[in-house]
Amino acid sequence: MSARPESGAPAGSATISDGNLLNVADLSVRFATEDGLLKAVDGVSFDVGSSEILAIVGESGSGKSVTAQTIMGLTRSPNAQIEGSIRFRDKELTGLRDAELQDVRGKEIAMVFQDPMTSLNPVYRVGRQIVEAIRSHSEVPAEEAREKAIEMLAAVGIPAPESRVDNFPHEFSGGMRQRAMIAMGLALEPSLLIADEPSTALDVTIQAQIIRLIQRLNQERGLAVILITHDLGVVAEIADRVLVMYAGKAVEQGTLDEIFYDPQHPYTWGLLGSLTRLDRPRPRRLPQIKGLPPSLLAPPTGCSFRPRCPHAFGRCTEPPSLEARLSEAPQHMDRCWKSPDEKRELRNVEGRIGLRSEA
Amino acid sequence: MAAEPLLEVSNLVKHFPIKEGLLIEREVARVEAVDDVSFSVQPGETLGLVGESGCGKSTLCRTILQLLAPTSGSVRFEGREIAGLSHRRLRPLRREMQMIFQDPYASLNPRKRVGQIVGDPLKLQGIASGAELRAQVQELLERVGLSSEHYNRYPHEFSGGQRQRIGIARALALRPKLIVADEPVSALDVSIQAQIINLLDDLQDEFGLTYIFVAHDLGVVRHVSDRIAVMYLGKVVENAPADRLYSHPVHPYTAALLSAVPIPDPRENRARHQTVLEGDVPSPIDPPSACRFHTRCPRATEICSSEEPELKTHGPDGHLAACHHPLEEASRPEVAGSASA
Repeated sequence: MSARPESGAPAGSATISDGNLLNVADLSVRFATEDGLLKAVDGVSFDVGSSEILAIVGESGSGKSVTAQTIMGLTRSPNAQIEGSIRFRDKELTGLRDAELQDVRGKEIAMVFQDPMTSLNPVYRVGRQIVEAIRSHSEVPAEEAREKAIEMLAAVGIPAPESRVDNFPHEFSGGMRQRAMIAMGLALEPSLLIADEPSTALDVTIQAQIIRLIQRLNQERGLAVILITHDLGVVAEIADRVLVMYAGKAVEQGTLDEIFYDPQHPYTWGLLGSLTRLDRPRPRRLPQIKGLPPSLLAPPTGCSFRPRCPHAFGRCTEPPSLEARLSEAPQHMDRCWKSPDEKRELRNVEGRIGLRSEA
Repeated sequence: MAAEPLLEVSNLVKHFPIKEGLLIEREVARVEAVDDVSFSVQPGETLGLVGESGCGKSTLCRTILQLLAPTSGSVRFEGREIAGLSHRRLRPLRREMQMIFQDPYASLNPRKRVGQIVGDPLKLQGIASGAELRAQVQELLERVGLSSEHYNRYPHEFSGGQRQRIGIARALALRPKLIVADEPVSALDVSIQAQIINLLDDLQDEFGLTYIFVAHDLGVVRHVSDRIAVMYLGKVVENAPADRLYSHPVHPYTAALLSAVPIPDPRENRARHQTVLEGDVPSPIDPPSACRFHTRCPRATEICSSEEPELKTHGPDGHLAACHHPLEEASRPEVAGSASA
């Protein structure tokens, strides 16, 4: 059952509510490195509504993880320059002192990291690590915190939580560790969960279990989720809205159906086209995106996808802005100079959406 | 099927003993990593190997290449038994069988230049030296989509996809007949994955290579493979031509694996019914009795825990599966691909 609650209708209608949980506006993150200034995130804006699942999609180096870590205040360091605004429930997070941020981090916004093998401390029992998370935010007796930890482990589907709570991380399988991480994140009942590639290191069968779990938590507890992934299959299963990032910029954003059925940016076409789909006859060759993602130290001038785009033309040397180019979908925005009609033509490669191999 | 297979694996077993004791080591248990595996690979064919982590895919690859000594069983390469050969007698055969590794970061020596990494196999086998070696390596680099100027660079100067190309050039250097690729694209970004898969495809046509292609991504495996073997806890549970495996899976485990793969299409996702396997893969130290899948199988009955199912023919073109309750047309759950087949 992949269906969302009452999701006969396309996901578009329910989104962009007034009560946004998180507003990120014009966020830029730059790191001073020995080789120069690295523009990891460059003017990214998005909203997350309460109980909404937003997927951020992109390749490594696209800035998706840095965006998430910056929301959590994890990129604060002497060599980082953070500009723009991150508002969570009318509270500006970028200006908060570290101690103030601590009240939001973990309690209001929780994060689950990609690698369940290294994100738990191997020398402490799993239960103790969850108890520590609970007690660092609220003054709860140890016994009560332990009960809560057991309850959370049960909620994320760990069998025999009463005994498992005293296990060490190495006694858990990869899928169980990721569940334990989610249990830890949810113990303080946050309203937003940031999941950075939560299922990437796991097998497909375990991935399906974790996706189900996130979906269930979203439906039962109204948990809002920012899901960071490179896997469009996972996105298609649970996201409400999608933000596609490339070289530190948002290149397209829209509802799930808009991104999958009417994608406007050639990079999105390329991502959709290069998937090996089980539900289609296999093509003789896999469509590929030529070249490599650009260096963030010296990003290309103009459209950052220009060097890899077969449809690039003269105007692409001018940087396109992120704006709605379709009159019927004012929330569907992209960064491409081509007209929507032209794009609908260009993206059709042998009957499916893809990126042509030559112009 | 008439031609002689390039590689024939029969009843191959690899157990790792777990020992205890100070002076006299006693064997207290065994990890049954590969247990009674048989299959054959025809020249020019690609055999895909899929299964969850810990099912013995990588151990099987290493045992086939004699990087690990098999516990028992036979591996025949071009009709010749290679299991149990001494290192010296294996050496000329190493030229025929090469490997591409999963992690493009860990599988290249960071202190050696690309020219050395790719050229060493040629030097060690006494095929080329000096200026000729350099010319051959540069030609190889160009063939895999790098440039001959990369000869003097170090691995850290390359991206993941480029490093995987270096690994491919190294495997290709000796003009092998068989290449075992262990998860060659799983560490790479989607857009780069397609480039590497297409490269492997071109090289196969050009050099008449035979591949054993290991991956956990079922979409990638279907794209590259002619035949696919599905492994579960050290055993091959199903072995079939690629298209047939995806359109007519017989073993409930294969069906569950296929069903777990997300479809990148929101509408089709909402419409389909997914079976999600509960629990984790049991430990290979003390695997479940008889059919090893019975603890997670939705169709398991008593016989499954008492009697081990044999690999039997379940369809045309050597479609084999080991199951007491094979899926038939009517009971087959909705699996990606069944509609289009």
